[in-house]
Amino acid sequence: MNAPPAETSGETGERPGDRHAAGLDGARRLLGTVGFYTFCSLVLAFFSVPLLWLASAPFDDTPSITASLPSFTLDNFETLLDNRYALRSLGNSTILAAGTGALVVVCSALAAYALSRVRLPGRDALLYVLLLLSSIVTGTAAMVPLFNLAYELDLIDSQLGVILVLSGGLLPSAVFILKDFMDGTPRSYEESAQVFGASPLQVMRHVVVPLVRPGLATIAVWSVAQVWGNFLIPFLLLRSPEKSPAAVVMYTFYTEGGQPDLALISTFSLLYSVPVVLMFLLVSSRYGFRFHGGIKR
Amino acid sequence: MATSPPDPTLPAGEERAGRGERPERDAAGLGRARAAAFVVPALLLIAAFLVFPALWTIYLGLTDYRLTGLAAVDPQVVGLDNFERALDDDGFTNSLGLTLQFVVGSAVIGQAGLGFAIAWVLRNRRGFGRRLIEAMVLLAWILPSSVIAFLWIALLDRDDGTLNALLSTPGTAWLLEHPMLSIVVFNIWRGTAFSMMLYAAALGNVPPSHLETARLAGASSPQQLRDVVFPRIRGHVLTNLLLISLWTFNDFTPFLLTGGGPEDRTEIMPVFIYRTALFGGELGFGAAISVLMLLINLVIAVVYVRLLRRRKDPA
Amino acid sequence: MRVLTRRLVALTGALALAGAVAGCGSDGDGDSGTIELTISMNAISGGKNAAEADWIEQWLIPRFEAAQEEAGVAVEVTFEPSGVDDEQYKSRLALDLQSGSGPDVYALDGIWLGEFAQAGYVQPLEDTTPDFASWEGWEQIPEAVQQLATFEGALYGIPAGTDGRVLFYHRELFAEAGLPTDWQPTSWAEITEAAEALAGVDGVTPVQLNAGTAMGEATTMQGVLPLLAGAGEEVHTEGAGWTGATEGLERVLGLYAEIYGNGLGDPQLQQETQGRDKSFEEFAAGEIGILLEGDYFWRSVVNPNNGVAPMENRDEAVGYALIPAAEPGAGVNGADFVSTSGGNVRVVNPASDHADLAWELLTFMHSAEALTAAVGDDPRITARADVNEQLLGDDPMLTFVNEEVLPITSFRPALEVYPQVSVLLQEATAAVVDGEDPGQAAADYQEALEEVVDGDVAP
Repeated sequence: MNAPPAETSGETGERPGDRHAAGLDGARRLLGTVGFYTFCSLVLAFFSVPLLWLASAPFDDTPSITASLPSFTLDNFETLLDNRYALRSLGNSTILAAGTGALVVVCSALAAYALSRVRLPGRDALLYVLLLLSSIVTGTAAMVPLFNLAYELDLIDSQLGVILVLSGGLLPSAVFILKDFMDGTPRSYEESAQVFGASPLQVMRHVVVPLVRPGLATIAVWSVAQVWGNFLIPFLLLRSPEKSPAAVVMYTFYTEGGQPDLALISTFSLLYSVPVVLMFLLVSSRYGFRFHGGIKR
Repeated sequence: MATSPPDPTLPAGEERAGRGERPERDAAGLGRARAAAFVVPALLLIAAFLVFPALWTIYLGLTDYRLTGLAAVDPQVVGLDNFERALDDDGFTNSLGLTLQFVVGSAVIGQAGLGFAIAWVLRNRRGFGRRLIEAMVLLAWILPSSVIAFLWIALLDRDDGTLNALLSTPGTAWLLEHPMLSIVVFNIWRGTAFSMMLYAAALGNVPPSHLETARLAGASSPQQLRDVVFPRIRGHVLTNLLLISLWTFNDFTPFLLTGGGPEDRTEIMPVFIYRTALFGGELGFGAAISVLMLLINLVIAVVYVRLLRRRKDPA
Repeated sequence: MRVLTRRLVALTGALALAGAVAGCGSDGDGDSGTIELTISMNAISGGKNAAEADWIEQWLIPRFEAAQEEAGVAVEVTFEPSGVDDEQYKSRLALDLQSGSGPDVYALDGIWLGEFAQAGYVQPLEDTTPDFASWEGWEQIPEAVQQLATFEGALYGIPAGTDGRVLFYHRELFAEAGLPTDWQPTSWAEITEAAEALAGVDGVTPVQLNAGTAMGEATTMQGVLPLLAGAGEEVHTEGAGWTGATEGLERVLGLYAEIYGNGLGDPQLQQETQGRDKSFEEFAAGEIGILLEGDYFWRSVVNPNNGVAPMENRDEAVGYALIPAAEPGAGVNGADFVSTSGGNVRVVNPASDHADLAWELLTFMHSAEALTAAVGDDPRITARADVNEQLLGDDPMLTFVNEEVLPITSFRPALEVYPQVSVLLQEATAAVVDGEDPGQAAADYQEALEEVVDGDVAP
């Protein structure tokens, strides 16, 4: 899959400016084009084939662990609509994801901006240490400290508790990525804004945020996706089923002996995936979805 | 920290590769006090919900704490016993080796390589094709892991998995016969998006005129990459490798695919900890392994920083 | 042990005091305030163990609240459902309990009782409820089943139900292989003989005997332990310690070698994460001949109404036989046939503010009427003989387990290290399936065992 891009680089020749080497170029360009399309098809195939199951199983009346042409049914959806936790859990996931996403984006943007523009003592070392510590806290071994912390703060069975704990774990990576991002934006605009008397928060809001918007969007989508898939923290901290997010409800579709009910699981997987996909499409069409998008040549 | 951002105020081509020497100007007039105020919300959250529980976990690593049984009521501090035991434990060394394979194979080579390749190939493309490819790659990144696990089990199933149907290799139990390869490929699929996006952004900062010049001077593609592209994206390579290595090191998702098996052949570190802490109930020991994992991550981070920084200096 | 006892005494004292204080408090506001109780179980409506969850929410809670109201006590009972892996349920429960909170009444797997008791998360009934013995239900619960709720000689709660393991066999395949369709082997040799005959039928895996770590506890419970009992040994002997590389264990591993070394079982199936699910599907599809499982298999897997691998013709096609000892009389205590059982226990949280009321709820939910309602249309073996008698009549398989299997069954030791020992046994079977010599696998097991149980190995 890691084909060196050597053969495909011929396609750079499509720009004007190298017509002089035309003779040999024809063949090279053809080779390049063929290589380009082969590569793209392989990448597309690699990334789409695993998704087939999600497109077929939910509509199958006897789904198995295989992607096959379904004998079409919508019964699975009906069963889920009757499950009183299923749809509500998507709403809960949305609350948790939106809350965490907003908290992470705001806090990390402010911190990353300050860290990028002002040299605070020990800044880099601090960032690395926090990044490393985040790996402990997201693991299983930290479950007792996290639980007891939430318990002492009276955050058990509280969605706010889940949001705070998850944000704590995501922030270091978010700050790290965004700081890189802010480092890459020009300061000249900020200087001009400052000359016109804008306060730092105004500069941040009207100058910096528009410049790094794609980066913020990326962090938002990233943290939402992390929360959306997180099972352990909401499971440990929440008690009322009315507050459970989809990741927790997904685990309920098993029998007493641990056998999965594939009909419900596949259907729920689809419902569970749709919101993140929609969010991604929305974000990517509105803000663009890449790093360093602020500077285009 | 080691990025090489472009500066549009300078004409293209005169950008400096590094900005290490330049003192950072306080362009927004933040001042230290305001800067600190900007950092405080994040730091408070991190201090309360990250640093504090992390330190607590490190402390647990020094005890024989369990969630049930006698050790739950009266945990004893056992000092470094847990660490000694871990280093003596075949299960630990086995899982460390597997984790390194997993990180190098799926993150450093796989995700970074494929992500770069996609970004490079698509760098001058616009339009539907590029958006489609990017969307598919990103989809793999944002779907919940419990869903993803089912997708891959369906793909790799022995009896009627999609892959066996496509390759006409009926009866091949991929997850049993090639367990490590399976989860490595799985993780490449899962995480390439981040590298792709980061490199796409980085390549956007390489002035096309430079590549042009190099090409006209007869540089081959690998030479262009080495001499023109790499120096300008070195900082991004560092950020990328650092983050994806760390994330991959802590990735628990393969457990959903293989359960750590067959035997212990895919029992990577997070799975080992999960089994120790949750199934064995040995939270103290599990915490100690987490700390060891942190130290290994630290070594990896230092290596990356050294490697990429040293090579920058001569430039 | 001495430390434990002292601790328990201290804890009990403290709790009694706390209970007295709380008791006074609740007396004071008994008229104005409603008492709140919480029940927690690994069951959730529309998901795992849905019937149990529905029973609690729709039957138990309204009736208990009404009954208490008649007695002049305002109670509000909340159900805290969950639907996750048992291990995850256990971890969360333990987290709640170690913080001094948690549900007032909760269910736990019988094998967790020891570690929960040692941690003080549950206490002997004689300490918390002095007149517990006056409950009418005890005489309906057989001694053997009461063992589930017993740790070091003391009762800790009320068992909810139990089960039993048997050999299921596919009658149609037996007919094809020229074997009797009413089958009851009396020794291991007869099992392997039948398996060899089944090997002649095209596309059939003769035996599914769970092995390896991917199957998890199913390997121990539906594999090693019943076989070990058939070889005359128990995995842990009270007073003597854990069983190491004994002759019995080597015989058990030898049977694994015989089955998987001679193509009588499918070794790959034992390694796959979904191996157990697949083995069920294969049995239902007529591709596996003999399968050792609990009555769960009958009730929830091949059940034509709601099973995960339903068989329309279950009642005709699926046979069941007692698990024989290695040879007649070679089982534990000279038994000809053996089995293993497990089950849930429901207990009162000693940290409950209303332990007395919680005990009332606990007994209320184990009354004959309540258990009858809990079983509903889906018969299963409850802890109470009077309920079983009434409800199992229509189901020959469950009657068989109740009458033939339960009298000869044995339970797993409710000790803290059991889960780790269980994993070691799974690893030993995995090694044998992978071609390791049974003697060597047993020796490796003993070595690892000594470390895990800290030398507490039976001589």
